[in-house]
Amino acid sequence: MNPPLNDIWVYLSASPLLGLTITLLAYQAAFWLYRRSGMNPLANPVLIAVVILVLFLTLTATKYETYFAGAQFVHFLLGPATVALAVPLYQHLRRVRSMLWPVLAGLLAGSLTAALSAVAIAALFGASEPVQRSLAPKSVTTPIAMGIAERIGGIPSLTAVLVIVTGILGAVGARHVFDAMKLRDPAIRGFAIGVASHGIGTARAFQVSEQAGAFAALAMGLNGALTALLLPLVMRWMH
Amino acid sequence: MLSALTQLLVFQLAGEVIARALNLPVPGPVLGMLFLFVALLLRGGPGDDLQSTSQGLLQHLSLLFVPAGTGIMIHLHRVADEWLPLLVSLIVSTLATLVVTAGVMRLCQRNTPEGEQAP
Repeated sequence: MNPPLNDIWVYLSASPLLGLTITLLAYQAAFWLYRRSGMNPLANPVLIAVVILVLFLTLTATKYETYFAGAQFVHFLLGPATVALAVPLYQHLRRVRSMLWPVLAGLLAGSLTAALSAVAIAALFGASEPVQRSLAPKSVTTPIAMGIAERIGGIPSLTAVLVIVTGILGAVGARHVFDAMKLRDPAIRGFAIGVASHGIGTARAFQVSEQAGAFAALAMGLNGALTALLLPLVMRWMH
Repeated sequence: MLSALTQLLVFQLAGEVIARALNLPVPGPVLGMLFLFVALLLRGGPGDDLQSTSQGLLQHLSLLFVPAGTGIMIHLHRVADEWLPLLVSLIVSTLATLVVTAGVMRLCQRNTPEGEQAP
């Protein structure tokens, strides 16, 4: 590098400006690709943005801590955004009062299955303790899942990626599962997608129908709250 | 927008403080979400300001995961070492969750006297 270019790089790598800017640029590039793909769940924008950023940081030999000093301004908003989830939760809950019992039973069964089966299978295949704990909240929407992972001794950033992969699996696979079960009710289909695969599944459900989407959004909110309350107690009891 | 953002931060702060003070295992922001939810039930809904601010924040929710997700670069060796349990667990558990949730709901709905069908 020439001296002036080197000076510029020294400035940029010490200031939060670069980390913040590349986060926004990478996400917008990823979102553009996602739209171009016709909102295909396989082209998940978060996954693409993370790949772009990891490549960039590796190629420029930038430490994650240095990058995060800038990106933390985006990261901070996760807290208020989690609180804001109460608004759609409230609005969707009002619409489904007639199905209260099926919804509550499905939620409890699904929430426990999502967490316990993930931990049990990982343990069976010899995963380490921190990885098992990172897997436990994998069906919960990312901001809540990362909070849970932190509380139960998982690795929040690993959880973030596992949550996204879970969302993609649910969004891609749900239709085949429901067709095999001969299940047609859009309310049940939507709710099960929301419990199993949170926001990514919810986005997919909205593409199918408004009713399925509303039930998926409700399921995502309820499952986040229930898992956050139950999972730390269950994990404490298991060990 | 400013008032709505302040409300969200106040609920988050209350959640964090209470979670820590009572040593609850629940993440603070989730507790804040539950408090706001109760407040919405009592108030009969969000005002226009809170409605539009939370919509704006949630519209780009996935952007907010990117910095944390990029932290995977520190743990790539773990993923490389344990890819098999991770992959099997994610696939089987996600499918099982779909089947169990939908199956239980269908069972409950059949057992409800006035089987509520979608209009």
